[in-house]
Amino acid sequence: MKLHTISLNNLKRRKAKMAFLTIGLTVGIATIVTLVTLTRSMSSDIERKMDEFGANILITPRSNGLSMNYGGISLGGVTFDQREIREEDLLKIKTIANGKNISAVAPKVLGGVTVAGHDVLLVGVNFASELKMKQWWKIFGDAPTGDRDVLLGSDASRVLNAGPGDTIPIKGESFKVSGVLDQTGSQDDALVFANLSRAQKLLGKEGKITLAEVAALCSGCPIGDMVTQIAEKLPDARVSAIQQVVEGRLKALDQFKRFSYAMAGVVVFIGSLIVFVTMMGSVNERTVEIGVFRAIGFRKSHIMRIILLEAALVSLLAGLSGYGIGMGGAALTLPFMAESRNAHLVWDMTVACGSVGLAVTLGLLASLYPALHASKMDPTEALRAL
Amino acid sequence: MSLITITGLKKHYTSGSDVVEALRGVDIGIEAGEFITIMGQSGSGKSTLLSVLGGMNHPTVGEVEMAGVQLYQLPGEKLADFRAQKLGFVFQSFHLIPYLTAIENVMLPLAIVTMSSAAQKKAAGDALDLVGLGAKLDRLPNQLSGGEQERVAIARAIVNNPQILLADEPTGNLDSKTSADVMNLFRRLNDAGQTVVMVTHNPENGAYSDRTIHLKDGMVEMQN
Repeated sequence: MKLHTISLNNLKRRKAKMAFLTIGLTVGIATIVTLVTLTRSMSSDIERKMDEFGANILITPRSNGLSMNYGGISLGGVTFDQREIREEDLLKIKTIANGKNISAVAPKVLGGVTVAGHDVLLVGVNFASELKMKQWWKIFGDAPTGDRDVLLGSDASRVLNAGPGDTIPIKGESFKVSGVLDQTGSQDDALVFANLSRAQKLLGKEGKITLAEVAALCSGCPIGDMVTQIAEKLPDARVSAIQQVVEGRLKALDQFKRFSYAMAGVVVFIGSLIVFVTMMGSVNERTVEIGVFRAIGFRKSHIMRIILLEAALVSLLAGLSGYGIGMGGAALTLPFMAESRNAHLVWDMTVACGSVGLAVTLGLLASLYPALHASKMDPTEALRAL
Repeated sequence: MSLITITGLKKHYTSGSDVVEALRGVDIGIEAGEFITIMGQSGSGKSTLLSVLGGMNHPTVGEVEMAGVQLYQLPGEKLADFRAQKLGFVFQSFHLIPYLTAIENVMLPLAIVTMSSAAQKKAAGDALDLVGLGAKLDRLPNQLSGGEQERVAIARAIVNNPQILLADEPTGNLDSKTSADVMNLFRRLNDAGQTVVMVTHNPENGAYSDRTIHLKDGMVEMQN
């Protein structure tokens, strides 16, 4: 006979009450685990997408120009001392100290052309790297494969009245429209995309590029450092980090995170109340029993150990089941919450240990007062109850 | 020298502005190996006296010396330790722990002492044998009769070989035949050297003891 024998036997006897306590705490822990895991998984999903696809560094020619653009309305600009980036210069990008973090480089050449009486912006791109970076593009028709295939933005397609399979003339040469982009809501809607080398020839910019987008693996990588390293390699280029999109996504995630933590706080409070009320009720029901323990020589600390051990055992069970159920809930919910369908559930030992630790800590803290109350019971009062 | 010496014992309870004098100056000496019954009408102070003797009720005035120790001068939890080592309690309504078997109930006082499980089981088994329940070790209290529950309670009270066995109305909930059995058991324990102090209102139980102390209005009325 040890003190834990008393705790275990009491738990067995009060199955319904202890089941209620366990379920209450389990629901709380499961909610927290689900929210934390969802937040982490979504964070990881966004980071992964940024790693794989997102362009986060922009390289443009250095110039002493002033942009005259406000709220999407461009009034042209004053540009002078415009420098150029040569295509072969881009090879230097891979030689920077953090070269291993470079996922893709997408060079572009831009120039105005007239198509069927309309002035449009022709963008020469390397379709392989461009399509890898812009996974959100939805193409009606086919992706361009030959050097005389072009891809039209949705607005360009409407204005030029051309669709997949049609032919359009550009500077006296005919190009086949292989596909049309679904509306993106960005500047891409108004553009005509062509093969990079063909566009360079048409625009008289052979070997030159107007800008390049770089996708860097940015999960924990130093984007700021990489920008500096590229700028050192390309002195005639202006290198800047594109962070708005990522920051926007992270901001939304941050709001969800804060909501999760607020929810977790409420759940922790309710869980504590459930434990407190149940344990207090249990202690009050056991007045006589505790009186007998005290009468036969149990110290106050013995009584506290019995009560706290019961709380710890129930909390441990609730922590383990709460973690399991919470992860199950996160696995079911993640496909509806994450931005990509193949988002991975993050299995984190910190969450596992944290949820069990939180449950036990919560159980013990909420049981502390009932245990103290029990230990301070006057055995004379209990004797009187006898 | 007496095993128990009670000197000038007073116990007052306060309820609002009312003061109830449960004990009004009690002096008693009890020798080792004596079997004492404390009798008196309801409200005479006998249960209060037993709780004071049990180290659970600090007297308002007076001293209780037990086995050479001034009981209420013991610091902190030493009083609980004293109860665990020197005293055994038998309660009127048995008050066995319902979710523990007979042997587990008897082992309860041993849960707080350093003793191997095997030694605990042997001690509890011996105590149950002594009270005639060696064959019902694994029964839960609700599977035992009232008399059997009382005997388990007695086994629990003696398992740690206490110097003093305190019993509060041990036959209060038993029929006359079972009461006689239980009183015979107390007698046998006393014959084996156990000091017994028992509170009872049943005059027949007094016949089993060496000495009866009659309390009236919180004072010793007579001893015989």
